[in-house]
Amino acid sequence: MSTGVAIVGVGEADEIGVVPDKSALDLHAEGAINALGDAGLELGDVDALFTCGVDFTPTLLVGDYLGIKPRYSSSDSIGGSSFVAHVHEAIMAIDAGACEVALITHGETRRSNRKRGVPPRPTHDDPWMPDGQWERIYGVASPPAAYALAATRHMHEYGTTSEQLAEIAVATRNWAALNPRAFHREPITIDDVLASPWMVYPFHLLDCCLVTDAGGAVVVTSVERARRLGRPVVEVLGSGVAQSHYAISQMPDLTESPARISGDVAFAQAGVSRDDVDVAQIYDSFTYTVLVELEDLGFCAKGEGGDFVSGQRTAPGGDFPMNTSGGGLSYTHPGMFGIFLLIEAVRQLRGECEERQVADAELAVVSGMGHYLSSAATAVLART
Amino acid sequence: MRPLPTPHVSPAPVAAPFWDAAARGEFVLPFCDACPGFFFYPRVICPRCGSREIEWRPASGRGRLHTFCIHHQSALPGFRDAVPFVSAIVELEEGPRLMTFLTDVEPDPAAISCEMPVEVAFTELDDGQRLPVFRPRQLGGTP
Repeated sequence: MSTGVAIVGVGEADEIGVVPDKSALDLHAEGAINALGDAGLELGDVDALFTCGVDFTPTLLVGDYLGIKPRYSSSDSIGGSSFVAHVHEAIMAIDAGACEVALITHGETRRSNRKRGVPPRPTHDDPWMPDGQWERIYGVASPPAAYALAATRHMHEYGTTSEQLAEIAVATRNWAALNPRAFHREPITIDDVLASPWMVYPFHLLDCCLVTDAGGAVVVTSVERARRLGRPVVEVLGSGVAQSHYAISQMPDLTESPARISGDVAFAQAGVSRDDVDVAQIYDSFTYTVLVELEDLGFCAKGEGGDFVSGQRTAPGGDFPMNTSGGGLSYTHPGMFGIFLLIEAVRQLRGECEERQVADAELAVVSGMGHYLSSAATAVLART
Repeated sequence: MRPLPTPHVSPAPVAAPFWDAAARGEFVLPFCDACPGFFFYPRVICPRCGSREIEWRPASGRGRLHTFCIHHQSALPGFRDAVPFVSAIVELEEGPRLMTFLTDVEPDPAAISCEMPVEVAFTELDDGQRLPVFRPRQLGGTP
């Protein structure tokens, strides 16, 4: 089956990593122009804009900078999964006739903002909100602590180990070694991960994603229009979005993420099985994030994620190629990673990944995870 | 025992009975008369059924450690100098879960385990407010 919609263009900003002399909007725009160029389209073709993570009115700000007046826009903001959720929304908007060519952009300068003293993104900082009133006062006010709380419970219930989590960091680094744009490319070992400083137990530093400056964009349109562009067509066979909570203390089951629901929806719509997947792009804000997503997406049973990733199964040459860009752990992570999952999946399906190309990659799964394991967006993509 | 961080609490009006009770060394929870049952965090509706028939009831202050993490660094002002400290989610006997500090225990994973029995204690803040925290409970030992 298919949604009738395809991703026809992908692109990163010109520079990613440490980019102190550009604003977040500069990175949005570079990604947008690069993705449109990749698709053989121009800004004038764009009639829908999706973005988030900048300002209170994200699509107004980005649309203004790009000089476009989209007839449809959405700033759906559910964390790092947002950009995968934007694909889901673009499908519905195209299907409804609300637009024809949707541009999804992201850019953040989270790394360099620190040196400029600029807050990473708008925050309400209202102590009467549930996070301020009930969690921040106990020191839990950021993803590392929230994900650590979930990981500890998983370790308790299923015997998941630090070594198993480290397998993910090592395998992902080995993919990064093959990607010239990756931030960290020198190989690491499981012992290196375990010997890296504690961030927040049970996470060592190397269990945690990077903080970089980066931007990127993807262009989505109907399969019909995509075929006329004369470029390889990557269809969205299925997509799903789910959310379950905001504050981590409200997570219904700390060992199960909403990817269980979004994954079931996306795979059912696609009409393919998990075994059909050739390459997986799984949101890796932390090593544990990947492990729980693999379980919730149905690649293994609940509690078996640790065994699943053992023996470098997800590394180059392993039988489950995953996070082939080097992921948020080693390639780039400007605060939200969803757009980069899409970019890498499309490049793999087109066979453009050179040294890190997965042979005969025809079907990919993209799994976005947002906020504190709060929201998930899944897309099943295929070269057609 | 090392001192816990001392955050500034700005009680939300909807949660005033909780903070007022804490200042007296008491532990209360919002209760939905329609469901019926306890819930947390306090709000103007019951998150299970939407009812506005909410009252406050004394709670046991007992529960089990659902999960924990140990901060070895913190970006939060006032917390940075208190590391390592333990944040935890406690599942109360009454059902709801809430975030807290775990105290009276070494910040060492070997000394802490999920499902260990815990009970509420109160730590003094600068402005006369008291903050509910939890400490290990000896089974059968505490009234």
